[in-house]
Amino acid sequence: MKKGLKNWRLFALLTALLVFLSGCGREEISTLLPAGEVASDQFNMLILSSAVMAFVILVVTIIYVLAIVKFRRSKIGEDVIPEQVEGSAKLEFLWTAIPIVLILIIAVPTVYSTFDLADTSTMDVAAEDGSMTNLTVNVNAMLYWWEFEYPEQGIVTSQELVVPTGERVYFNLLAADVKHSFWIPSIGGKLDANPENVNTFYLTFDKESSELEDGVFYGKCAELCGPSHALMDFKVKTLSPEDFDQWVAAMQEETPPAEETLAQEGEQLFGADGAGCIACHATSGVGKGGVMQGPNVATFGDRNRVAGILEHNEEEVKNWISDPQKYKPGNLMPSPKALNDGKDFTEQELDALAAYLMSLSVEE
Amino acid sequence: MSSIAQKKGFGATVWDYMTTVDHKKIAILYFISGGLFFVIGGIEAMMIRIQLMKAGNDFLSAGLYNEIITMHGTTMIFLASMPLLLAFMNAVMPLQIGARDVAFPFLNSLGFWLFFFGGIFLNLSWFLGGAPDAGWTNYASLAMASEGHGIDFYTLGLTISGFGTLIAGINFLVTIINMRAPGMTYMRMPLFTWTTFVASALILLAFPPLTIGLFFMVFDRLFGANFFDVAMGGNTIIWEHLFWIFGHPEVYILILPAFGIFSEIFAIFSRKRLFGYTALVFATILIGFYGFMVWAHHMFTVGLGPTANAVFALATMIIAVPTGVKIFNWLLTIWGGSISFTTPMLYAIAFIPSFVAGGVTGVMQAMAPLDYQLHDSYFIVAHFHYVIVGGVVLAILAGTHLYWPKMFGTMLNEKLGKVTFWFFLIGFHLTFFIQHFLGLMGMPRRVYTFGTDQGWDAYNLISSVGALFMAIGVIVLVINVILTTIKNERVGNDPWGDGRTLEWAIPSPPPFYNFAQTPLVRGLDSYWIEKMEGNKEGMVYAEPLGDIHMPNGSFIPVVISFGMFVASFGALYHMDGDKAWALPVLIIGLAITFGSMLVRSLKDDLGFHITKEELLRDAKGGNKDGSK
Amino acid sequence: MDLNKKYTPQTWPDHPETATLEGKNKFVGFWLLLAAETVTFASLFATYLALKDKGPSGMEFTASGLFELPLVFAMTMILLTSSLTSVYAMYHMKNHNFKAMQAWLGITVLLGLVFLGLEIYEFNHYVHLGFGYTNSAFSSAFYTLVGTHGAHVLFGLSWFIALMLRNAKRGLNMYNAPKFYLAALYWHFIDVVWVFIFTVVYLMGVIG
Repeated sequence: MKKGLKNWRLFALLTALLVFLSGCGREEISTLLPAGEVASDQFNMLILSSAVMAFVILVVTIIYVLAIVKFRRSKIGEDVIPEQVEGSAKLEFLWTAIPIVLILIIAVPTVYSTFDLADTSTMDVAAEDGSMTNLTVNVNAMLYWWEFEYPEQGIVTSQELVVPTGERVYFNLLAADVKHSFWIPSIGGKLDANPENVNTFYLTFDKESSELEDGVFYGKCAELCGPSHALMDFKVKTLSPEDFDQWVAAMQEETPPAEETLAQEGEQLFGADGAGCIACHATSGVGKGGVMQGPNVATFGDRNRVAGILEHNEEEVKNWISDPQKYKPGNLMPSPKALNDGKDFTEQELDALAAYLMSLSVEE
Repeated sequence: MSSIAQKKGFGATVWDYMTTVDHKKIAILYFISGGLFFVIGGIEAMMIRIQLMKAGNDFLSAGLYNEIITMHGTTMIFLASMPLLLAFMNAVMPLQIGARDVAFPFLNSLGFWLFFFGGIFLNLSWFLGGAPDAGWTNYASLAMASEGHGIDFYTLGLTISGFGTLIAGINFLVTIINMRAPGMTYMRMPLFTWTTFVASALILLAFPPLTIGLFFMVFDRLFGANFFDVAMGGNTIIWEHLFWIFGHPEVYILILPAFGIFSEIFAIFSRKRLFGYTALVFATILIGFYGFMVWAHHMFTVGLGPTANAVFALATMIIAVPTGVKIFNWLLTIWGGSISFTTPMLYAIAFIPSFVAGGVTGVMQAMAPLDYQLHDSYFIVAHFHYVIVGGVVLAILAGTHLYWPKMFGTMLNEKLGKVTFWFFLIGFHLTFFIQHFLGLMGMPRRVYTFGTDQGWDAYNLISSVGALFMAIGVIVLVINVILTTIKNERVGNDPWGDGRTLEWAIPSPPPFYNFAQTPLVRGLDSYWIEKMEGNKEGMVYAEPLGDIHMPNGSFIPVVISFGMFVASFGALYHMDGDKAWALPVLIIGLAITFGSMLVRSLKDDLGFHITKEELLRDAKGGNKDGSK
Repeated sequence: MDLNKKYTPQTWPDHPETATLEGKNKFVGFWLLLAAETVTFASLFATYLALKDKGPSGMEFTASGLFELPLVFAMTMILLTSSLTSVYAMYHMKNHNFKAMQAWLGITVLLGLVFLGLEIYEFNHYVHLGFGYTNSAFSSAFYTLVGTHGAHVLFGLSWFIALMLRNAKRGLNMYNAPKFYLAALYWHFIDVVWVFIFTVVYLMGVIG
C-alpha cells in the first residue's frame, strides 16, 4: 500500500517536473530521467531531499527578506541605536531541534538505501540446474576503454555493455591501470574501479534501449584518469531477456571468416601476417577478460560508436585507425607506422580494415 | 626629489618587507601574494570556461586542460584563499585581542616565506616541463602514472607551503592563548578571533596527514618506495584517506574565518551586538570538531562498504545543525538592527542565500546513495563552488573592503565596490547554479570536452557567460585598488563609524607597536562599550605608559625558505638520474636551510625597547604610517 | 630580558621555563607542535598497519620472519634510560645547577648516539639480508616509519648538542632555560613514539 502511494506521488512529481523542466537532459544519460530501479531510488531521494531543503530555504528567505526590508537604516533613521540583544535560549533550541528532525527525515531512507544498494546476497545464488540466477559482468576499466566479461557465459565484449532488462545484473569492477569510475547515469549511481580491489554492486535495467532516440544508454568514466578521461565513454544496450539469450548464443558461436573481397583483404591485414592488430584485438566473443591489451572487436559492426565517441561509419573507422592519438590523446593504441613497417596505411588498406571491422557482427 | 633617492626608497621598502616580523606587514605580504595567486587561479578558471563554452571546443588540448584544472584548484585553495584569510588573521586578530604582536613574530615571517616560495615553486612547473595534471586531489594511481615533473612540483611545492601554514596555525593558537589583553576572556573574544582560533587548531591537526601523504608520494616517485604501487603491495586508497583527512578539515579552515569576517560585518553594519554570541562560538567549535569525522563522505563511491558509508553519511548530516544555528543567529543579528548597505554588508547579505544553497546541496550529497549519482559530476562542482565562492571568496572580498582602511589607511571606493559586487554576484550564480543541472544531466566533472549529442551545450554556454561577469567584477576591483592607492585619502580610527571591536579604537593603520598602552577589556565589543559610555579615547588602559619591548626584524626566514626552494629543485631533478648537479643542489639547499636555522638558534635575539619618550612623540602625531 | 642578570638557586624561579612571556609562548607552542607530531606519527602508524606484510606475490620478507627482538629490546631500554637521564638534567636545571645539568644531558646524548648507532646497524643488517627500501610496500612503510623516528632522534641529539655548546660558557639564564626544557620535552616525545614502534612494529610483528 505504501509503495503504491509512493509510486503515485513519484508519478505526479515526475510529470510536474517533466513539464516544468523540459531541460532534463537526454534520456540516454540524465539522472533526472531514471530508467532503472537504482536510479529511480536515487531520484526519489533527490526529490525528497530537495523538498526538505526547499523548506529550509523558504524559511531562511522569509526571515531574510523581512529583515533587510524592515530594518534598513534609511528607513529607521540615521542615529538610532538598536537594542543590543544578547540572544534567546528558546530560539537557539528551536533552530537546533527543527534541523535535527529534518535530518532524521532524510537519514532514515539514507541508511536503509545504503545497505539496500550494497546488498549482493543474491549474487552467487545458483538455480536448481546449476546456472546462476543472476547475471554477473566483470568490468575491466582501462585507459580509455571498457571490457565486459560474462564469466558464466564464457564471453567477452568491450565498449558496449549488453544486458537483459528486468533483472538484477551484478558488476565486479576492477581497474587495470589507474583508477576509473563506472557510471551509467540514467540506470544508477557510480562505483569506482580501483586498481587494488574488486568492487561489486548491482543495477537493474528497466527500459529497452531500442526505445531510445540513439538506441543505447550512455556510460561514463567519472574519475579523472588522464588526458582522455572525457572520452572514456561506453554504451549500454538493454535487450529483453529473450533477445539477450539470443545475443549470448550468437557471441558463443565461432566468428565466420569475412565474405566480401574487401573485407577479406582487411582480415588478412588485421591478422598476424598483416599489421598484427589481432595481437591486441580478439575477433571472437569467446574468451576471458583481462587478457587482451585492446578492446575485443567481435561486435564491432553492431556498435553505436567507434572508439566510444566517433560516429559509427567507415569514414570514422579509417580516421581512427590512421591517427588514434588525434581522437583520444594518450590512448595506448599504436600509430599505424609502428605496426606497418614505418609506413602509414594506404587508402586501400584503410578501406579494407574498415570493411572488415564493420563486417564483424553477432546481430542479424 | 631625484630619481636615485626614490629608487633607494623603493629598495629600502622591499628590504623592510623582506626582513619584517611585524604582523601587519606580514599581513600585507600575504595579501599581495594571495591576491596575485587569486588572479592567476582566476585566469585558469576563465580558460576552463572558455574551453567548455561549446561542445567539442579545441581552445585547450586534453593534457593542458588537466594541468589547468589541477592548478586552478590547487592555486585557489592553497595559494589564494588560505593566504588571503591568513592576511586578515594577521592584520586583525592581534589587534582584536589587544596584543602588540603575535607570539612568534619570527615564525610568522618564516611561515609567510615558506608559503611564498612553495607557491612560486609550484607555479614554476608551467615553465619547466608542465604543471601537475592529476587534479588538485592528486589521486595516487593517476599521479604515479603521470609523466614529467608536474606531480613532483605539486608534492614538493605543497610540502613547503604546508609547513608555512602549519607554523602560522601554531603561531595564532599561541597568540590567542597567551597574548590576550587583560580582561579579554575567551568569551569576550570577537568572533573573527574565535574562528581564527578554531581554524588554526584545524590547521594544526589536519596538515600533518597531508604532509605524510605528500612524503609518501615523493618517496614513491623519487626514491622508488612502494606505498602506492599496487603490483608491489601498495594501496592507492591510503592516499585518498590521508588526503581527505586533511581535505575535509581544510574546507572548514577556509570557511570558519569567512564566517568570522561575516559575523563582524553583520554586527558592525546592523549596529547591533551579535545575536547568540555564545551559540555562535559553540557552533564554531562543533563544526571544527565534526570536521575531522566526515572525511570519507568524499569517498562514498570508493567501495568502503555500506557500514562506513552509512556512518559517515550520518556524521556529515549532523554538521548541518551547527551551521544552521549560525545562519539563524546572523539573521537575528540583522533583525531589529539598523542595516547600512555598505559594500562589505552587501557581500554579507549576499552570502546568506548563496551559502545556504551550497549548504543544502551538501546535505543532499551526504545521503550516500544519492551521492553515488552526484559524486564526481558537475553537481559537486556546483556545490563546492557555492560553498567556497559563495562563502569564502565573498568573505575575502567583503574583508578586503572592510579591512582595507585598517590595513592601508585609506578607503576603497564604495561606488566601484558595489559595481564589483553586482558583477561578481550575478556572475557567480549564473556560472554555478546551472552546473547543478549539468551534473544531474549526467555531465562528469574534469572533462575537457563533451559531445554535441549529450544535451549539455546551452547550460555550459550560460555558465561560461557567468564566468565573464565574475572576471569583470574582479577587474573593477583591481581598478578600484589602483585608484584608491593613488588618491590615498587618509582615514581615522573608525572609518566605518560603527566599529565595535578593539581594532577600530586605534589609528588606521596602527603604529607598529599597535597599542601604546595595553587596553583593559571590559566586555564583548570592547570599543562599542567605551563609545556608548562616551569614552573619547576608545579604551581604558591596563597599564601606565612605559617602555615597550619589540622583536627585531630578520632576514633569516627568507634564507631558510629559499634553502628549501633550492633543495626542492635538487630533489626533483635527482629522479631523472642523468643530472649530476641535482644531488649537490639538494645538499646545498638543505645546508642553507639548516645552516640558517642554526644561526638563528645560536645568535641571541633579544629584541629592542621603544622608550616612553618615543611613544609620547608618536602620540603627538609623529608616526602614523606604521613603520618604525 | 637581561642576559647578564645572575641567578642563584635561591633567586631562580620554580618554573624557569614559563617564567617569561617568551618562555610561556614557547611552552604552549611546543606542546601544540607535539600535537601535530602525534598526528604525523599516527598517519605513519596507520599506513604501516595497512601495508604490513604486503608486497609482490612471492615476497620473501614478512614481519614475523624478519624482526629479532633482543636487539630492539636493548635499543628500547637504552632510549628509555636516556629519557630518565634527561629528567635528571631537567631536575638540575630547575635547581639552577648548570654543571650537573650539562653532565646529565651529556649522558643523554651518549645514550641517544648508541641508540642511533644500533638503529643504523639494524637497518644495515636488513638491507644486507635483501630487505631494501624498495623491496615491497611493507619495506617502504617500515623504513619510513622507523626512519622518521630515527630522523627525530638525530634532530633531538643535534638540538641538545647545539644548546650545550652554545651555553657552555655562560650558564643558565631565563633566555635559555625554556630552550633546554623544550629539548628535553621533545626527547620524551621521541621516547614515547619509540614505545609505540616497539609495540606495534616489533612485538606485534613477531607475535601476531
